[in-house]
Amino acid sequence: MIDIIVFGLVGLGLLLAIFRLLIGPNTQDRVVSLDTINVIVIGVIALLARAFNNSLYLDIAIVYAILAFLETVVFARYLEGRKHGNS
Amino acid sequence: MKYVATFLVLFASYVLLAGLHVQELVVGSIVSLMLTVLIANMVDYKVDFKLPIRLLVFIFVYVPVFVYQLVLANLDVARRVLSPKIPLNPGFVKIKTDLKGDFAKLTLANSITLTPGTLSIDVDGDDMYIHTVDVKGKSPEENKKNISSLFEKILGVVFK
Amino acid sequence: MEIASNVFLIIGGLFYLLGGLGILRMPDTFNRIQAGTKATTLGAFALLIGVGFANPEWVLKVFLIILFITVSNPIGSSALAKATYLSGYRPENLVQDDLKELLGGEDNGTN
Repeated sequence: MIDIIVFGLVGLGLLLAIFRLLIGPNTQDRVVSLDTINVIVIGVIALLARAFNNSLYLDIAIVYAILAFLETVVFARYLEGRKHGNS
Repeated sequence: MKYVATFLVLFASYVLLAGLHVQELVVGSIVSLMLTVLIANMVDYKVDFKLPIRLLVFIFVYVPVFVYQLVLANLDVARRVLSPKIPLNPGFVKIKTDLKGDFAKLTLANSITLTPGTLSIDVDGDDMYIHTVDVKGKSPEENKKNISSLFEKILGVVFK
Repeated sequence: MEIASNVFLIIGGLFYLLGGLGILRMPDTFNRIQAGTKATTLGAFALLIGVGFANPEWVLKVFLIILFITVSNPIGSSALAKATYLSGYRPENLVQDDLKELLGGEDNGTN
């Protein structure tokens, strides 16, 4: 029961962020929503660790967190050299 | 002293991730030693005898204030999101910080980002540039009082 | 223990939902960065504490993830905000702009 509630809330949040990713007026908005989605996915992986009772998922969450941070920084570097408006 | 502290932090994180086995301890110590030689010159924190006191201040004063401010910030975001017409008065303001050292400035910038209505954008020497949702003060001193004086007081004790 | 874990999990889920809502509803990019960062940081905080309460032997790893997220998430959003400013985007009805003197006001006429 608790699993259904929590996964439902998190999934709804993920859905709204993905909606912003799809409609975002310019590239910056899409990158920002991608950053948010990454943090939400870390939470989902931790929830999976609890649901399957397997601590290996926590290692995956750590690696995903590091890669998500790198991805955000790389996208930021890419955006710096780009002009506003042309998505 | 700095080398020893860096080595201990790296080794502790390795063991935390890999688990307590003999072969992991050997490999972890070798890897931590190599990394220590590589990065010890880049970190700048002072290791002295007052470190335990400062660490206690950090854990028992800074962390509760930080979590409290984070919860306040989220309630602020919730109020802003749920109100039908979103009140806005945005601006980029500059404040001066008295803290020295990269690590202290990083902690201050992170604290400012997670407090209500502010987002730190860039640090240039002693100046910090901050995006606020609602610009209140006119001068840099007023803005500093509104935004960062609380954390600067605490972090001034932690990072001497 | 079970009840505390469930309470923290539900709080975390609610704040993740708030993060998604904030990112969808806020009117300009800088506000979206703010809402997304704050809400998802606290959401991850509460949710991971809930997972740690459910299995007390995972506490150390959960603590490591929380530490990493609290450090890396604001840094990432700072980098994104600076890149957004540098790419020429300005929010509407801006009151004050001190950042111009540092990063240069190369506004390419879009705002």
